[in-house]
Amino acid sequence: MNLTLKIWRQKNNTDKGGFKEYKITDISEDMSFLEMLDVLNEQLSTKGEDPVHFDHDCREGICGMCSLYINGNPHGPQQTTTCQLHMRSFKDGDTISIEPWRAKAFPVLKDLVVDRSSFDRIIQAGGYVSVNTGGVPDANEIPIPKSIADLAMDAAQCIGCGACVAACKNASAMLFTSAKISQLALLPQGQVERKIRAENMVAQMDAEGFGACTNTGACEAECPKGISITNIARMNREYFSAVLSSDTV
Amino acid sequence: MILDSKIPEGPLAEKWTNHKFNVKLVNPANKRKYDVIVVGTGLAGASAAASLAELGYNVKAFCFQDSPRRAHSIAAQGGINAAKNYQNDGDSVYRLFYDTIKGGDYRAREGNVYRLAQVSVNIIDQCVAQGVPFAREYGGLLANRSFGGAQVSRTFYAKGQTGQQLLLGAYSALSRQVANGKVKLYPRTEMMDVVMVDGKARGIVTRNLITGAIESHSAHAVLLCTGGYGNVFFLSTNAMGSNVTAAWRAHKKGAYFANPSFTQIHPTCIPVSGDHQSKLTLMSESLRNDGRVWVPATVETAEKLRKGLIKVNDIKEEDRDYYLERKYPSFGNLVPRDVASRNAKYVCDEGRGVNETGEAVFLDFRDAIKRDGEATIKAKYGNLFDMYQQITGDNPYQVPMMIYPAVHYTMGGLWVDYNLMTTIPGLYALGEANFSDHGANRLGASALMQGLADGYFVAPYTIGDYLAQNPNDRISTDHPEFQKAEKEVSDRLQKLLSIKGDKTVDYYHKKLGKIMWDYCGMARTAEGLTKAKAMIKELKKEFWTNVNVLGANEELNQSLEKANRVADFIELGELMVDDALSRNESCGGHFREEYQTPEGEALRDDENFAFVSAWKYLGEGLEEELNKEPLVFENVKLTQRSYK
Ligand SMILES: Cc1cc2nc3c(=O)[nH]c(=O)nc-3n(C[C@H](O)[C@H](O)[C@H](O)COP(=O)(O)OP(=O)(O)OC[C@H]3O[C@@H](n4cnc5c(N)ncnc54)[C@H](O)[C@@H]3O)c2cc1C
Ligand code: FES
Repeated sequence: MNLTLKIWRQKNNTDKGGFKEYKITDISEDMSFLEMLDVLNEQLSTKGEDPVHFDHDCREGICGMCSLYINGNPHGPQQTTTCQLHMRSFKDGDTISIEPWRAKAFPVLKDLVVDRSSFDRIIQAGGYVSVNTGGVPDANEIPIPKSIADLAMDAAQCIGCGACVAACKNASAMLFTSAKISQLALLPQGQVERKIRAENMVAQMDAEGFGACTNTGACEAECPKGISITNIARMNREYFSAVLSSDTV
Repeated sequence: MILDSKIPEGPLAEKWTNHKFNVKLVNPANKRKYDVIVVGTGLAGASAAASLAELGYNVKAFCFQDSPRRAHSIAAQGGINAAKNYQNDGDSVYRLFYDTIKGGDYRAREGNVYRLAQVSVNIIDQCVAQGVPFAREYGGLLANRSFGGAQVSRTFYAKGQTGQQLLLGAYSALSRQVANGKVKLYPRTEMMDVVMVDGKARGIVTRNLITGAIESHSAHAVLLCTGGYGNVFFLSTNAMGSNVTAAWRAHKKGAYFANPSFTQIHPTCIPVSGDHQSKLTLMSESLRNDGRVWVPATVETAEKLRKGLIKVNDIKEEDRDYYLERKYPSFGNLVPRDVASRNAKYVCDEGRGVNETGEAVFLDFRDAIKRDGEATIKAKYGNLFDMYQQITGDNPYQVPMMIYPAVHYTMGGLWVDYNLMTTIPGLYALGEANFSDHGANRLGASALMQGLADGYFVAPYTIGDYLAQNPNDRISTDHPEFQKAEKEVSDRLQKLLSIKGDKTVDYYHKKLGKIMWDYCGMARTAEGLTKAKAMIKELKKEFWTNVNVLGANEELNQSLEKANRVADFIELGELMVDDALSRNESCGGHFREEYQTPEGEALRDDENFAFVSAWKYLGEGLEEELNKEPLVFENVKLTQRSYK
């Protein structure tokens, strides 16, 4: 198929940037979206033009590195990661617009590549259980009901891609943050630091410049891993009960 | 040089305990005077960095992705082995040790593998304590599944995302140490060289992938946890960025490279669909429990199928060849990975491949669906079927899946002794980057185990032993050795940028991949390897005169990143070929067609080849020197594998 691509080009963090149009021909519908961009980049490189920069690594939908805003949706029209999107989701003659994630806390580095280290800092604020290596109890010492373990796993599946932020009008990171808080709040291992974790992670989220929740559920609708917004409700409960009985105020 | 593996004395089961007692310790107050560099934040790197920081060392951790959480380990699906014997089915440390040695076709060290089996049990405890949500039974205890090459159920898993959950556990431990100020993170930073002072590893030179800045970092020890090099084949199941650069630069500085040609080719991957293909996707091995592997019985039928003249479901039973069931009646579709892969290649080479490219076989669930019902099959494999349909557009409930083998894992890597130290003092290699535990073939669910064993439980002890024997004086990065290394790195990058030829980096990477796949892949011959060597030499020359790398160093430049990695892959490719050519036997993933049993199975030569090949770099353009570390088996008896 033949396509018109409108791609955001931006030389670096300080450049203003803008859309550029490219025509691309002979795209097979078996290609993944990123392979289509590979073809474009081979063509640009051969002509001596700077290839379009985008983040990607596993191309299996699990590392969370790929992050394209396609035709107004994070990761495009399907509820998958960009790397799992295939060209059969498009038609011959389509025009496709491709932008980076847009959020104050995700500054653009070049073209479609953004800086998501704010997510790392939210985890550093408390997204862990404080145990050192060694000297821990036997793994089967604390039984965990299967239903609880499964719920924790559902939350833990977050790949940290940032589609939730990109989908949100307010660029809120509630879904991301709540997924980690929920996972650890559900498990017995996470109980000891439960309150302080919720307080610190939420504080870091605000400090990074992510916005407030819009309650529209756009994040859940776009999440490639189907992380549920019930996690946000759980986080809010965790947070408020922590603040009410806080030792740190 | 005599390769000293430093395996401790004493009975197998007591070696590690004795060793831990005998190693020197750094006293707690002194630990903060030592700096350790950890390159890589996959399972091996993240677990090592976190554990060393907990002990009190100052750690700097590097990765090329934008976050440590995205290391390639994240993609592991199936699970992690541990000799917990929670199922009471006869598992033990000794059985895990034995299965791993045998699975590796007797080309790994007994001492290392036994230790791996011993610490495997601690790994599961550690991960659960971190909040890793492993699968559980209704009673609340941990669930297990079984995996290839074992008769017990010892694999722990978290849905089909075990690697993700284990990595996020290690990443959380790492993040905690970042918050504590004991680890400084350097994401989007690529290691370009090791720096040695007075014969010891004392730091690295890196490139900041956003600004292009070339920088030096000094330390008392350097750990390479940089993963495997399967991408030398261009197409593999590895992440796009996986590379050999860190290990290769260390190799050129004096670290021996062990068994480079030992590669694992996984039988069940989604086949290549065209020239545009950028990577291959693994379909879990578990599918072979219910799927039947077949191709048309004749070349004519296969041709008609390829041309679209007939449909697969119209092919009659008697025109199908269930070749694994026919050749291996007792194991059938469940023969080990290497045997399944090789046989798929044979039937496709005969012209019986089933897709447009002629390189695919069927994995058919028709009979399983008829027998068990679609609902049962869906419950077992639903997510895999969905993933397959997402990628190929075919519905595997209605037409058979197509699969073909793909490069998946590299058993070879930097040579390390029992302490995981390379032949360069102070330079360590952990995880897939080293060669240590899997011999000539790795069993499923054992790479995750090894990465975490190295990082959580082995390196923290053995590195202390080295540091305790070395002064804690710091070396400034103004030292001439750092300056020299920085200049070499800059010069090389400038050279790549200045060639301005007319072929892209991927053009050369694809060419290299094809040579490696054709001649150093599933089946190898002396003749083919000799030819490949000449072709790679030629390719290297052409690359350095005709590659086109766009842009400048001082910016985010993905073509420069790639060019730098592909240049190293080309050199590694040549060494892999040398290694495969020098090993005149077949073992595990290394199959030399000249050495096979009358039934076509791998024929080992224990008398002449029970050794580790450790290659020493001698200089640009020179042939590398082969060193042999003999493998001594005191506890297991070497036998020939048979699956008839
Ligand atoms: C699809 C797939 C499924 C798998 N499933 C399983 C399974 O079920 N069970 C199992 O046991 N094994 C499995 N494996 C194998 C296993 O995942 C890997 O062997 C293992 O995760 C490797 O871990 P590692 O820590 O050694 O390296 P990696 O996870 O590869 O990490 C390498 C790290 O090094 C960094 N790095 C590399 N080069 C540089 C450089 N030059 N400069 C700076 N940083 C650098 C990277 O950024 C990264 O952080 C699977 C592999 C694949 C491909
Ligand atoms: S590239 Fe890893 S999720 Fe898309």
